[in-house]
Amino acid sequence: MMNFKVEKRVETSRFLYIFYIGALILGMLAASLFFSVRGINPLFALSKIFMGAFGSALGIRETIAKSIPLMLCATGLIIAFRGKFWNIGAEGQLLIGAMFATWIGLRFGASHGPLFVIPLMFLSGFAGGALWGIIPAVLKVKFGVNEVIATIMLNYIASNLIQYLVYGPWKGKTHYGFPYTDDFAPSARLPLIPGTRIHYYTLIIAILLAIATYFFINRVKYGYEIKVTGENPEAARYSGMNFLKITIITLILSGGFAGIAGVGEVAGIHFHLTYPDQISAGYGFTAIIIAWLSRLNPLLAIFVSFFFGGILVGGDVIQTSFGLPAATINIFNSLILIFVLMGTFFMEYRVSFAKE
Amino acid sequence: MEGFESLHSILKGIEVRKERKESKGELTFKSLDLRNITKRFPGVLANDNISLNFKAGEIHALLGENGAGKTTLMNILYGIYHPDSGEIYINDQKVDIRSPRDAIAYGIGMVHQHFMLVQTHTVGENIALGFKDSPFVMPTREISKKIGDFCDTFGLKVDPNAKIWQLSAGEQQRAEIIKALLRGAKVLILDEPTSVLTPQEAEELFQIFKRMAESGNCIIFITHKLEEVFKISDRVTVLRQGKVIATTETGKTDKATLARMMVGRDISFEVQKKDIPVGEKLLEVNNLFVRGDMGNTVVKNISFSIHRNEIFGIAGVSGNGQRELVEAITGLRKVEKGTVKILDKETQNKNPRDIGELGVSHIPEERLRFGIVPNLPVYENVILRDYYRPPFSGFLTLNINYIKEYSKEVVERFSVMTPSVETTVKLLSGGNIQRLIIGREILSRPDVIIAAHPTYGLDIAATDFVKKLLLQKREEGSAILLVSEDLEEILQLSDTVGVMFMGEFTGIVKPRETSMEDMGLMMAGSKKWA
Repeated sequence: MMNFKVEKRVETSRFLYIFYIGALILGMLAASLFFSVRGINPLFALSKIFMGAFGSALGIRETIAKSIPLMLCATGLIIAFRGKFWNIGAEGQLLIGAMFATWIGLRFGASHGPLFVIPLMFLSGFAGGALWGIIPAVLKVKFGVNEVIATIMLNYIASNLIQYLVYGPWKGKTHYGFPYTDDFAPSARLPLIPGTRIHYYTLIIAILLAIATYFFINRVKYGYEIKVTGENPEAARYSGMNFLKITIITLILSGGFAGIAGVGEVAGIHFHLTYPDQISAGYGFTAIIIAWLSRLNPLLAIFVSFFFGGILVGGDVIQTSFGLPAATINIFNSLILIFVLMGTFFMEYRVSFAKE
Repeated sequence: MEGFESLHSILKGIEVRKERKESKGELTFKSLDLRNITKRFPGVLANDNISLNFKAGEIHALLGENGAGKTTLMNILYGIYHPDSGEIYINDQKVDIRSPRDAIAYGIGMVHQHFMLVQTHTVGENIALGFKDSPFVMPTREISKKIGDFCDTFGLKVDPNAKIWQLSAGEQQRAEIIKALLRGAKVLILDEPTSVLTPQEAEELFQIFKRMAESGNCIIFITHKLEEVFKISDRVTVLRQGKVIATTETGKTDKATLARMMVGRDISFEVQKKDIPVGEKLLEVNNLFVRGDMGNTVVKNISFSIHRNEIFGIAGVSGNGQRELVEAITGLRKVEKGTVKILDKETQNKNPRDIGELGVSHIPEERLRFGIVPNLPVYENVILRDYYRPPFSGFLTLNINYIKEYSKEVVERFSVMTPSVETTVKLLSGGNIQRLIIGREILSRPDVIIAAHPTYGLDIAATDFVKKLLLQKREEGSAILLVSEDLEEILQLSDTVGVMFMGEFTGIVKPRETSMEDMGLMMAGSKKWA
């Protein structure tokens, strides 16, 4: 009979990357099973995914464009996760950011120049995402409401709010019955790298924020407070830290970054507000995987976002070339997350087998 | 044919295993040997080639400082850890203990420092839970009878129908002992069994040990208290840094020798306490009432005051309101009624940070839970209470260079053994964590020191360090509140002692005029006022 024992490791294993690579490979194997069931050669499918994303200039351009919202959402989530605030609401925060920016774009785009409109769109997007983040923060600290449930539910509210707006009061006259707002005037559109969909303002903001967040976590008072309250709330209480203030700061940043991602999507890709699932292809959820894979390190998140941007692009490719449903790539992503989470277990615990 | 043979051998294997299982509980226990046990944790050699022998009918003390490897060794014997190398023999038969279940089958029982009992169940139910012969229906009725028999044999008094949460620490411990014995333990391991007991309860426990040893059992108890070794043990083994230093008959050695073996240097047992006059009043508590976690009042009408150059000790068994009292004074808990005055300012219901800024140090109990953030490095723990103010930080950013320099100073002045200030605190030993906390606290807030169980679980050297430091601070003009369960320590250090029982002072006495016995009686509720 086989007997096995689980012991907690004193230090997390040094060979982290092996667990990650293992998790990625196992995730892909599990996804292969799915492709096989659909009668598609898994190797062919996987190579399509990766060639589609990284194998051509066109693919890489798309990959970079998709990595922008991922990077912003993941950086925000890293701040929340460092404080053990399980924000599952980046998707909703992104949408509300997009909504706020749309209002500014429609209101001022025609009458003001880009130097005024674009910064205002970013600020309002940040404010919108932050607002959507503050709600669960207050609910948690003041009323003990579980943040996972609150943030998930707020995603639905955000999504339905936007549907209401684009079917109702904000429905544009120029789009003949489509649930779109009117297109933004040129001064409310982000400039693109010519021939691509890369709205580089947002890309630069995303990279700068990731670097700033690294600094914030390690060098700024509030970053320190977030770490302490997350790691040991009792010690934070003993030190006299203010939980409400700290949690609100956490969620202003976490939600605000997702909100900026929303600005990039409406002002850089679509130039109008539309269905929620057009605005975001689940970026707020994919970002959860990115945050974990980066071990909550925002600098790593820059690169991991690029990788997952590629997987999303690859998803589009297999969707068109094999006629698989759009959800296929979500299955693929989720499988990877599940294996990464299992991998984290083996990083914290040692399992030894022994024959009796 | 081949298939048949292998099937046959498998069946044979099952037979053999079955026989072995049946015979495990039946054997008469004669001796237990550990041979060349080595166990390595990342960065630590917890047990280094340990060989030890235990005999039936003996009480064997395992003496050593924290981190000497006592608990690891016993966890190996009980199957919680598996040694990297080495063997265990029972009655000269080699055994392989892979889990506590195996250990129990071989007649080894263990009572942990933290009891493993279901709080809302009765004693009988808890014992039935781990008992392999419990009937499926109405398991406790059968067990109650057995518990009765055992109680008579060993003089253990426990009501099988009492719920665990209603019991004192001593009674819970007895329930654990019965649990182990009923499972057929011939070797009983106890990890620091007296740390939660009053002197009277400890005395009762020792009587139980004696009766158990007389009936052929082997008692192994882990301790770092020398008094206990001499009071009760037949033989003693001293461990230091994972090695066996010596095993001797207790009668053939003395305190000083054992202490030297344990620490590796000479230790003075005399604490030098100077007679000095007290200064101005720094802390005053008046008619304080505080509610506990369950909403009931657990601190009732407590009043006392502490002056400069004075140590006020609070003695008593844990759970009599000491924790809530300390939390109320340090701002961690709301005050129901009454006042706390620090430096003539009323501070009840103030924030811990405001109280800290008045110059109040707080050395918290359960230091891993309250005092530090285990996953952060040393320097980020040094600033836990000061990070928000200059010179540790500016308007927005932490002054990392200053913080690291300051942390190095704390580490050096308070002899914290750590590879660097960047080391994660959870990798430090308990004693070093305590030095870190004390250093952090009293270096920046020396006026009033609130020390809750400051030496709990520390080894001799660290205990010695803490005691001397508190006395030194007393001389330098601090007003110190010392809460401790260690009576000897309280009597050694304090100028005045309040004994707490059920939230009230049952006496406020001078250590010199009070005997240990009187203290014990007050701790158990009889009032005495000097």
